[in-house]
Amino acid sequence: MLPHRKKRLQNILLLLGSSFIGIFLILSALNSQLDLFYSPSELNKNNLPKERIKLGGMVKKGSIKYEDTKVLFVLTDFEEDLDIEFDGIPPDLFKEDSGAVMLGSFDGNGVFVAEEVFAKHDENYMPPELSK
Amino acid sequence: MSNKIINKFASAKTYIETCDKYFLFVFIPSIVLIIAGWSWGIFVAPPDAVQGDSYRIIYLHVPSSIYAQLIYWIMAAWSAIYLIWKVKLAAYLTKSAAFVGLLVTFLALFSGSIWGIPTWGTWWQWDARITSTLILFLMYLGLIALHDSFNNQNKADNLMSILTIVGCVNLPIIKKSVDWWSTLHQPASITLTDNPSIDPAMLYPLILCIVSFGFVLISMGVLVSKIIIFNREKNRNWVKNYG
Repeated sequence: MLPHRKKRLQNILLLLGSSFIGIFLILSALNSQLDLFYSPSELNKNNLPKERIKLGGMVKKGSIKYEDTKVLFVLTDFEEDLDIEFDGIPPDLFKEDSGAVMLGSFDGNGVFVAEEVFAKHDENYMPPELSK
Repeated sequence: MSNKIINKFASAKTYIETCDKYFLFVFIPSIVLIIAGWSWGIFVAPPDAVQGDSYRIIYLHVPSSIYAQLIYWIMAAWSAIYLIWKVKLAAYLTKSAAFVGLLVTFLALFSGSIWGIPTWGTWWQWDARITSTLILFLMYLGLIALHDSFNNQNKADNLMSILTIVGCVNLPIIKKSVDWWSTLHQPASITLTDNPSIDPAMLYPLILCIVSFGFVLISMGVLVSKIIIFNREKNRNWVKNYG
C-alpha cells in the first residue's frame, strides 16, 4: 500500500476508534437512564417516586381481576410485586404470565395507577397447535 | 492485483456496462422471489399462537430492518474505499445506497408501528431499539442532505464518506439495544449463535423474504446509481454516447 494511502487508512481507523470510544463513554454515563421502564425491584417501597413513570415486568399468574371498568393486577419481576390499577381496555396481548409496560403514577397507598398499558410479547413464534 | 484490473473495476463506465448486462438476472428473480416469499408468509405459514395473524407483518418488518443496517455497513466500506483510494465510483455508490437505505429504514419503522398497534397497544415508544432506528433513518437523510448541500462535488463526496464512517457507531447500538436496556421491543428471534426461536414453518418463508429483499434492493440500488452516475459524469464522452 502506498504511504499516503496507508496514512489515510490510519486516519479512518483513528476516526472510527475515537467515535466508538466517545459513544461508549456517553452510553456508560447514561447507563440505565436509557431504560424504557423501571422494574418493581428497582423502586424503593418506602419512598415511591411521585412523578409519572413507566413500569415494566410480568403480569403475575392468577392476579388479574376486573372491577367495573377497572382492571386490577399484580406486576412482578419475580423479586418484588406491585399492585396496579388501570381504568381502560388493555391490549389483546395483555394476559397473565406475560410482559407488560405501563405509564402512570403511584397513589397515596402504594398502588400504581396506570394511565396506559402496553403489552410486551416475547421473541418466540409458533403455530397454535404446538403451544398447547 | 495489478493497477490495471483495479482501474477497470473502479470505472463507472465498466460498472454501468456490467449492470446493464446482468440487470435482468437480478430484477426478474427479485419479482418472482418476493411474490413467492410474501405469498408463502401470508397464505401458507400458520398463524402465531399468541399474536394470531398480526405477526405476518414480520415478512416485511424483519427484512427491512436487516437491510436498514446492512446497507449502512456496506456504505461504510465504500466510504473507506473512497477515502483511501479516491475511487469515485465508491462515492457514487455510497450516495445511491443512502436512498435505498432511507427507504428500507422508513419501511422498518413504518411496519414496526403498524405491528405495534394490535400487539403492544401503541405505535410508538421512545425505547432504545425504536429510537436508535429513528436515528439511523435521520443519518441516511442527513448524509443525502449533506451531499446535496455542496456545489463542490469532491468536497461533498469527502464529507459524506467521513460522516458515513462516524455514523457506524449507531449500528452496534441498534443491534444490542434490546439486550443492553429494557425496551418494549423483544430480543432477536434469529441469531447466529442460538437456534431460532421461531417455528420452521414460519422461519423458511421469512428466510425467503430476506433473500428476495436482497434482490429487490440491489435492483433498486442499480437504478438509483445509474441516475446518479449519469448525472455526475454527464460531460464525459461515454455518457454522451451511451445507448
